[in-house]
Amino acid sequence: MTKPEESATTGADLLVKALIDEEVEVVFGYPGGAVLPIYDSLFKQNRLRHILVRHEQAAVHAAEGYARSTGKVGVVLVTSGPGATNAVTGLTDALMDSIPIVCLTGQVPTHLIGNDAFQEADTTGITRPCTKHNYLVKSVSDLARSVHEAFYVARSGRPGPVVIDLPKDVLMNKHEYVPPPKVAVTHKSYRPQIKPDPKKIEQAVEMMAAAKRPVFYAGGGVINSGPKASKLLTQLVHLTGFPVTNTLMGLGAFPASDKQFLGMLGMHGTYEANLAMHGCDVMINIGARFDDRITGNLSKFSPGSKKIHADIDPSSINKNVHVDLAIVGDATAVLEEMIKLWKARQPKVDQKALKAWWAEIETWRARNCLAYKPNKQVIKPQYALERLYHHIKDKDHYITTEVGQHQMWAAQFLKFEQPNRWMTSGGLGTMGYGFPAALGVQIAHPEALVIDVAGEASILMNIQELSTAAQYRLPVKIFVLNNHYMGMVRQWQELLHGGRYSESYSESLPDFVKVAEAFGAKGLRCEDPAKLDDTIKEMIDLKHPVIVDVIVDEKENCFPMIPSGAAHNEMLLGPEDRQSTTVSEEGMVLV
Amino acid sequence: MSKDTIVAHTISVLVANEPGILARVVGLFSGRGYNIESLTVAETNAKESQSRITIVTKGTPMIIEQIKAQLDRLVPVYRVRDLTVEGPHIERELALVKVKGVGEKRVEALRLADVFRAKVIDAKSDSFVFEVTGNTDKVQTFIGLMEALGLVDVVRTGIVAMSRGGEAL
Repeated sequence: MTKPEESATTGADLLVKALIDEEVEVVFGYPGGAVLPIYDSLFKQNRLRHILVRHEQAAVHAAEGYARSTGKVGVVLVTSGPGATNAVTGLTDALMDSIPIVCLTGQVPTHLIGNDAFQEADTTGITRPCTKHNYLVKSVSDLARSVHEAFYVARSGRPGPVVIDLPKDVLMNKHEYVPPPKVAVTHKSYRPQIKPDPKKIEQAVEMMAAAKRPVFYAGGGVINSGPKASKLLTQLVHLTGFPVTNTLMGLGAFPASDKQFLGMLGMHGTYEANLAMHGCDVMINIGARFDDRITGNLSKFSPGSKKIHADIDPSSINKNVHVDLAIVGDATAVLEEMIKLWKARQPKVDQKALKAWWAEIETWRARNCLAYKPNKQVIKPQYALERLYHHIKDKDHYITTEVGQHQMWAAQFLKFEQPNRWMTSGGLGTMGYGFPAALGVQIAHPEALVIDVAGEASILMNIQELSTAAQYRLPVKIFVLNNHYMGMVRQWQELLHGGRYSESYSESLPDFVKVAEAFGAKGLRCEDPAKLDDTIKEMIDLKHPVIVDVIVDEKENCFPMIPSGAAHNEMLLGPEDRQSTTVSEEGMVLV
Repeated sequence: MSKDTIVAHTISVLVANEPGILARVVGLFSGRGYNIESLTVAETNAKESQSRITIVTKGTPMIIEQIKAQLDRLVPVYRVRDLTVEGPHIERELALVKVKGVGEKRVEALRLADVFRAKVIDAKSDSFVFEVTGNTDKVQTFIGLMEALGLVDVVRTGIVAMSRGGEAL
């Protein structure tokens, strides 16, 4: 090495140094012309581990899985143009589900920007609506500061993806390194509110204390706030004796085996959770956003309740549902303050009313809404998941999913006792999410059992990542519930479009066992309910990436279901219900 | 006021003057289906590199609340103030109005311009360019009157607004 100005380093080296200072351990990426200087810097060090994916979309999903299972920021590195555009789906997914991601994109050199250069795309323009924030670094002197700021923005407040677009000349130019600020500095314009207003907490506790039919409704915000928030939620729920339901993104925020847990709510939520939401008089929403999958028909949503909504993002409040009490703050801080005040006040809850409320809930629970008809000839998807859960529940396990029927069944039939164990694409509903996400989880937790519950259609959307799994010997299990249909599409066509199964049959499927083998993974298949247990055990015992092709009932539908445009108390409990309900015209236009 | 009433609000937004900030604001409105009736932007504090955006938008009270929350969520946004609800404020806009004509119409245009305190900032033997300042109503009325007198071109700044009294944004 020559000795130029001692402290000056290239932009690429500065970047790597900044990443290390931000305590990054793993980068998921794919090289290309514009990011070659960064790959050169990575080559010269051994602090940062780079995981080579096979498609940039998968890099982002893998980083999401890594982030969501660890609470750290996931880091992505892709090249300019197609590298960046391929990452867009992942970035949008991370934005919708509030996952902290820093995505480094290469860019053509500054003097070529705007010239339609080779592999040029307006990355900051394209990613503006699908990131929390983005940067185009035009000078190497801004590089380190931008990286530190990006990490702060990604992980603080409501987390989200941040893109840093890096022109190639900026990566080659030299400058002195700027370390991250030692004390937490306040950003000049971005200041998320963490601590809730004490007056609001007081009002909330008063409303809760006066409740006769209360329900806690907790979402992904509790998970994002860190494991402490889940502990506090559990504590507050126990303290009050109130029932609690979790959203799809909130599963694991409250232990599923706890008696006070009503299961997931929403379109495919449990009967008891949805009816409790419909009939409650005080709703305490912690870190959930009244998503349309949760509320169903807005005008009929929980008509008789006073609503408390605690969220770190003020724009989530009063967006879909008007609430009576808005609390802006981080879930941990909000729950902490609520517990403190509840304990200090020792409020006299109307125990008689609460008991009557629980009795009503128990009658709903007794409907056993997740029941299905067992079958000895063909594997029911619900049965497959029940058996899967039976074999994994005592193991250190993480679950990811793709999107569709299998995802909803997984949410219903797998039980989550802890936060950060369940990775699914909730907001965007991205088919192809689960497998790369599972790779990211496995990288973060090398010894754990990581399972991607998949459908045969979804898994084909990022199947190329088997190559990544093989290269890094990641023993991820892909548990395919193969019903030869895009199941959720088929279900909607059956219920809403007169059974005209337009393009939803999975024609010309590959032999998944052979696909697995071709990539150096293991493939298993099971068609017989009697052999399912053995197959699952074999899958768990294999120290390889495995695809298990579970051939399930083609016509099974996912129930309970709130049809589009319907209210929580108009849910369908099973196939018998479906003739009696017609979906309104208003409902037909909804997705 | 009913929850479905559409109301116009004038919103002041103090932002970091950095590349793409206007695109972020405008993209937010188009992406979420909000209306922009008028939008003005210019740097107002060169030392701190801050710009001030004035937006006039329409929506139900719930939508207006959303617009403000969404704007405030943007990383480079310092402050969002709804001037319509936060006490008395003043609004001004400026228009340049080009009128072509001779004879009696020309004289009448000049006379009306005087009534509206519009300034002549360009004159040819058969045309004027007037500069008129005021609230939207006044500017609109003036332009309307010029239509019959040979109006050929109009350009407007959109509304800039500020609260009354000694307080800064």
